[in-house]
Amino acid sequence: MKKIEVKQATKIFGKNPKRGLELLRKGLNKKEIKKKTDLNVGVSEASFHVESNEIFVIMGLSGSGKSTLVRLLNRLINPTSGTILIDGEDITQMNVEHLREVRRKKISMVFQGFALFPHRTILENTFFGLEIQGVGKKEQIERARYSLTRVGLKGYEDSYPNQLSGGMRQRVGLARALASDTDILLMDEAFSALDPLIRREMQDQLLDLQSDMKKTIVFITHDLDEALRIGDRIALMKDGQIVQIGTPEEILMNPANDYVEHFVEDVDLSKVITAGHIMTRAEAVSNNRGARVALQLMNDNDISSIFVVDRTKKLLGVVDADDAAAAIKAETPLGEIIKKVQSVQVDTHLSDLFDDISKSPLPLAVVDEQGRLLGLVRRGAIINALAGNTPLTRTTEVQNP
Amino acid sequence: MSETFMPKIPIGHWADLLVQFITNHFEGFFGYIAAGIQSFVDSLVWLFAFMTPVVFILLLAAIAFWRRGIGVALFTLIGLVLIYDLGYWAHAMQTFALVLTSVVLSIVIGFPLGILAGINKTFHRITTPILDFMQTMPSFVYLIPAIFLFGTGMPPGVVATIVFAMPPTIRMTGLGIRQVPSDLIEASDAFGSTTWQKLFKVQIPIAAPTVMAGVNQSIMLSLSMVVVASLVGAPGLGADVYLAVTSLRTDIGVEAGLAIVIIAIMLDRISQNTRNKKTGGS
Repeated sequence: MKKIEVKQATKIFGKNPKRGLELLRKGLNKKEIKKKTDLNVGVSEASFHVESNEIFVIMGLSGSGKSTLVRLLNRLINPTSGTILIDGEDITQMNVEHLREVRRKKISMVFQGFALFPHRTILENTFFGLEIQGVGKKEQIERARYSLTRVGLKGYEDSYPNQLSGGMRQRVGLARALASDTDILLMDEAFSALDPLIRREMQDQLLDLQSDMKKTIVFITHDLDEALRIGDRIALMKDGQIVQIGTPEEILMNPANDYVEHFVEDVDLSKVITAGHIMTRAEAVSNNRGARVALQLMNDNDISSIFVVDRTKKLLGVVDADDAAAAIKAETPLGEIIKKVQSVQVDTHLSDLFDDISKSPLPLAVVDEQGRLLGLVRRGAIINALAGNTPLTRTTEVQNP
Repeated sequence: MSETFMPKIPIGHWADLLVQFITNHFEGFFGYIAAGIQSFVDSLVWLFAFMTPVVFILLLAAIAFWRRGIGVALFTLIGLVLIYDLGYWAHAMQTFALVLTSVVLSIVIGFPLGILAGINKTFHRITTPILDFMQTMPSFVYLIPAIFLFGTGMPPGVVATIVFAMPPTIRMTGLGIRQVPSDLIEASDAFGSTTWQKLFKVQIPIAAPTVMAGVNQSIMLSLSMVVVASLVGAPGLGADVYLAVTSLRTDIGVEAGLAIVIIAIMLDRISQNTRNKKTGGS
């Protein structure tokens, strides 16, 4: 479902912006218009839509118009032309009361500089949106407390913003936005002011929260790593225009132009490629077979151990050749010689695999959410991928090596 | 100056005509205002007398302690006892009432104007030169129309004091409102605040320390007008100083002057910006 739909949205700053609009339609770009007139094109005919429950990242360098674009969505900045539909309603045509209602009930926002009210406690900051809506005092406090608990700030209700660290302050900003319980969350460079470790932590927390809140999130950032980490889809902006929209993989693999290509050149591949991309087919034996079958399969495939799965292909563990040979002699059933094996989810990034693979003598088993065996990852494959030799075309399908 | 090549522009004559016009047509209106001011000051004086010096001194010392702590409280206590001891209590209370009335009216009029100037750029541009004019015109000049419009005694004194003392409250309120960080304004808009909600929940609370600095300046300027106001018959310590000057009485001059200084320091310290206890400084 299309939660937000933006059609040809344009914002031109300066006196008489209509003139700029004409020039823009004649095909002049931002720089040419700036030279000719004194107008500054903030956003130039941007069109995109955001699906329900999606994290849509708008990414670009400073001055690319991304912060202006996100402010058009809740009309903190009035667009010069274009339509912006929120749940099918055009926000650009709304009167003041209607707009206020949308801002209260449908869209909340998290700011780069946190924008916490210094004269209010953390709790009072958190229920600000509810107070504005005229919700009862008791409910305000209850919902604000719940919201603070969700972001891990229980116990700080009576502190003031200046007593908190940057990361904690932005958690308050997030809690304040969550307290209003809106479907749409706008996050304007929400984590950019934080140091890298805290930023990473906040990204994880956002993804965690998103997995059970199912909000529609529009996230602004200038950090490609951040965009690739959290975005379901990414829009790249330059000079007020959207140059490409796509999933992280599409953008990395098929950059639309030199600008995007230049942008993605330095990407840390270990944060983009997942276990699913580099896994190979895993030999497995069903647990209702005996040790003889297991040993035979190992011999056939020239391997020294084999994964054991149940009837639904759920991973149970691993059996090695020595144990299997001993079991045949002692006539013990296969189930008793299964050893535990390190397994990873199919969507785990390479950067998170390093630790597991260095500790495990065997290849890593790759499983889906239900724990079913999908394939395996060898050390060599990881190194190969980091060297840039893996086309990112394989997603979940398993290929033979 | 009569032999210049240019005829004299009759600004003075115009001002004269304006005051005459206002006196002729709005005398009743200004009469009501004068009566209102007089009764406000009178009730304050009555209230202070009713409290008796002991209660008054203890009350002010308590306020000083609550606002600033033991040091200022002690100063208040000793200073007021000294004024009582010197025999200027009744006059000090009249001066206190004059200052309090002027300051209250300065805030009542100046605070909303300041907010308007903080929000509306055009209004800010119009008021700035007017405020400059009000503050730099020698304060004695206000006494002349004040006598025409309000007669003699306390009311013209209060009005002249307000005109001279109100600008800092307007200026600093406007400044405080304009200085509210733009992202906080954005945040309050983004959550769907109405203009009034934004004003009362965000702009005014955040501007409060700056507004208080303006009020503090207004109080100080009011006190500086005490002697000037006595020229139009406003009673109090100012009248004592005026008397001392005209009759060359050093003793009265020093004692009444000292009393004014004590009241000034006391009010300044009490109304000064204290560190906000709630936000733990910074």
